[in-house]
Amino acid sequence: MNTNLTERNYLGLSDCSSVDSSNVPCISEVNKNSLNLKATELRLGLPGSQSPERDPESSLTSSEKLDEKPLFPLLPSVDGICSSSPKTVVSGHKRIFTDVMDSCSEVKGLSEGNWLFSGSGSESDPSKSVTQGKFSSNSNVNGMVSLGDQPAKGTTTNLNKVISSNSPAAKAQVVGWPPVRSFRKNILATSSKNHDEVDGKPCSGALFVKVSMDGAPYLRKVDLRGYSTYQQLSSALEKMFTCFTIGQCGSQGGPGRENLSESKLRDLLHGSGYVLTYEDKDGDWMLVGDVPWDMFIGSCKRLKIMKGSDAIGLAPRATEKSKN
Amino acid sequence: MGFPEEVLEHVFSFITSHTDRNVVSLVCKSWYEIERWCRRRIFVGNCYAVSPAMMIRRFPEVRSVELKGKPHFADFNLVPDGWGGYFYPWICEMARAYPWLEEIKLKRMVVTDDNLELISKSFKNFKVLVLSSCEGFSTHGLAAIAANCRNLRELDLRESEVEDLSGHWLSHFPDSCTSLQSLNMSCLSSEVSFSALQRLIARSPNLKTLRLNRAVPLEKLSTLLRRAPQLVELGTGAYSAEIRPDVYANLTEAFSRCKEVKGLSGFWDVLPSYLPAIYSVCSRLTSLNLSYATIQSPDVTKIITQCPNLQSLSVLDYIEDTGLNALSLSCKDLRELRVFPSDPFVANANVSLTEQGLVAVSEGCSKLQSVLYFCRQMSNSALTTIAKNRPNLTCFRLCILEPRAPDYLTFEPLDVGFGAIVEHCKQLQRLSLSGLLTDRVFEYIGKWAKKLEMLSIAFAGDSDLGLHHVLSGCDSLRKLEIRDCPFGDKALLANVSKLETMRSLWMSSCSVSLGACKRLSQKMPRLNVEVIDEQGDLDSRPDNCHVEKLYIYRTVAGPRFDMPSFIRTMDQNPTYRS
Repeated sequence: MNTNLTERNYLGLSDCSSVDSSNVPCISEVNKNSLNLKATELRLGLPGSQSPERDPESSLTSSEKLDEKPLFPLLPSVDGICSSSPKTVVSGHKRIFTDVMDSCSEVKGLSEGNWLFSGSGSESDPSKSVTQGKFSSNSNVNGMVSLGDQPAKGTTTNLNKVISSNSPAAKAQVVGWPPVRSFRKNILATSSKNHDEVDGKPCSGALFVKVSMDGAPYLRKVDLRGYSTYQQLSSALEKMFTCFTIGQCGSQGGPGRENLSESKLRDLLHGSGYVLTYEDKDGDWMLVGDVPWDMFIGSCKRLKIMKGSDAIGLAPRATEKSKN
Repeated sequence: MGFPEEVLEHVFSFITSHTDRNVVSLVCKSWYEIERWCRRRIFVGNCYAVSPAMMIRRFPEVRSVELKGKPHFADFNLVPDGWGGYFYPWICEMARAYPWLEEIKLKRMVVTDDNLELISKSFKNFKVLVLSSCEGFSTHGLAAIAANCRNLRELDLRESEVEDLSGHWLSHFPDSCTSLQSLNMSCLSSEVSFSALQRLIARSPNLKTLRLNRAVPLEKLSTLLRRAPQLVELGTGAYSAEIRPDVYANLTEAFSRCKEVKGLSGFWDVLPSYLPAIYSVCSRLTSLNLSYATIQSPDVTKIITQCPNLQSLSVLDYIEDTGLNALSLSCKDLRELRVFPSDPFVANANVSLTEQGLVAVSEGCSKLQSVLYFCRQMSNSALTTIAKNRPNLTCFRLCILEPRAPDYLTFEPLDVGFGAIVEHCKQLQRLSLSGLLTDRVFEYIGKWAKKLEMLSIAFAGDSDLGLHHVLSGCDSLRKLEIRDCPFGDKALLANVSKLETMRSLWMSSCSVSLGACKRLSQKMPRLNVEVIDEQGDLDSRPDNCHVEKLYIYRTVAGPRFDMPSFIRTMDQNPTYRS
């Protein structure tokens, strides 16, 4: 499989307020790089493996497909989707972050840092775990190991910036694009979930929760069903509240590794940045990112962007809860 | 003009379209007077264009009111919460002034439980409530409607955002309520009491439209259908169940009894094994909405090839080019096609749906008028072919998922392709653009799209010239919505009077300056120029800074005062505060 990845100049779509034609990549460069997209596509499963549902014949059937422009934010398939997604492009290969790291230097004008969610996981490299946070609760250990094969370079901040603007694999969604209404966005997610559900109630429609931020004069609402990963939610919230300083906290995404050590979190929060917290069904405030996404949206009643220093006390409770 | 009033009034009663009525009222003063007293239906396309008091003053005997609130881009989360569109001032005044009101239809408005309760108690003959993409209310409000509206005929909550506290609201319909003809609760998630639902249906002999929500299980659908064989429009609940022959047999039999069904929707969570149960109704179907059904192309194709009378189809892109090809061969009466993306945020195609599918349908379906198509690649040649095949298109909305994607064959902008659309489709009323587009496409649009009423633009154009072409050339333009385009002050200020001929203009993430907004507002006192800027402190911004979002609309009601702090109406006085 093609591993000749080169830099790509991405449109600063996550941040766009005015179109800058200099951002438009030259077409031949795009063309050359189009194959790279397959290699960087996030997939679950062992490196080199293919999910059984994938139909190797269906992908790249025409030469035109090879030329598909990789300009669009590439996001991983949503939780559980890979396993049931009908026809997916062949790429059982491990995700490669080389171009992500290399294009760190190309980042321009992004807000300082993104949300990183506290989450379960014991990886000590917070940047690595940001990306892991994108994997669904079904991803296996090996899937994450493959990630680990490409150690993240640069600081966490850089990674965050890269992930939200230049990374082909994790570009933040442009708000309101494509113009699909919220209740349509997660068709695949909710549908496949229901096939797997045994006793769960079928879910449908939007799931709007209020988001408040310490110091912000207004509330917003987000539709949690419009997102399928913590990363997507993070990017969206960041956009909504960009006028306020946003720090970062550690992100320890990764299903199955639920216990974030208290001291680690405290270290991460030590700069009194902001953290994202939520009120769950029991009325308790928890750090976002501790539990698999599906569980989170099932129990989140509202969100609050708190100052990191206020949130330190939450970690142990979250950890305890997830033990139950 | 020598006719007595009663005769004129009788004649006017045959004139029902809003535009015709408006024209009638302009003929002369006496016609204006007669017309206003016998006008029964009002449509207000922008709830801020006129005040409730003005409406009531002019039209005292209204029976049906239809209002629209938020701009269309609110559907895609571009309009911040708290923007407005409150139904409250309207219901307060109408409750007082229109005791005989029968119908309320709202779109993108904020409606509260109190509003709903007020509706239910103020109008003795209330019949029709349609809340389309509305929000702000809960199932408690629905309970009030159910309980108090004795003659309720229609309750349609399409795509509204309802705080779903419980399904108990449905049980509030009294046993004496037998008037229901249409019920659309598909947007709700809570389970309603099945026995209450069953009894409601059983005692509603005129029920023609029933759109269930996802929580109604498939095993129970046949029970409901058996009680309503007269249904014309059916929306199923979740369309999967454990595979059991008795369930399947019951379902098949129940559907076969529905001889009047013309429209089907719902189909969440489809288990393909249960699909053949609907085959018996397919030949009569004119409308089919499978846009929630994640079934593969062969299954979709099997259904649509049995629907020769299909006029309207909504599907996911799982249908693929092969399915669209089959559609083009089987459904010669097709008027409207909507293809939604199953996985909109993944750059690589997860399905084999390309521009070819749309080309095929444009070739095979000679009556095709309305298209909404999400895809990942497009070419000028395909667009030109489509345009030449289907000059009768009235609505063409193309969304290439990747912003600024060029012609995938030639890498050129798609100007020529969209140009062909507007040139050939002379009756085009609605157009949404996507892909890589320069100012040239707007030149074509301004030149050819004389009947165009609504235009949506995103990530397109090079300069103000693009916007200028549109504003100066599109004679019929009513609604223009733009996001992320390099359009700025010059085009707006050069076309100020055009803005008064339109309902509204939305621009977000463009290059319009605060100063231009102020100047525009001063020049055009009958426009509300509203600047939305969530970064706060608009007062201290320099005039040359770009505004985040801008919403301009004509109004006879003056500036509104129900806005949150991050929205400001530009001052219309020449000496504005600094």
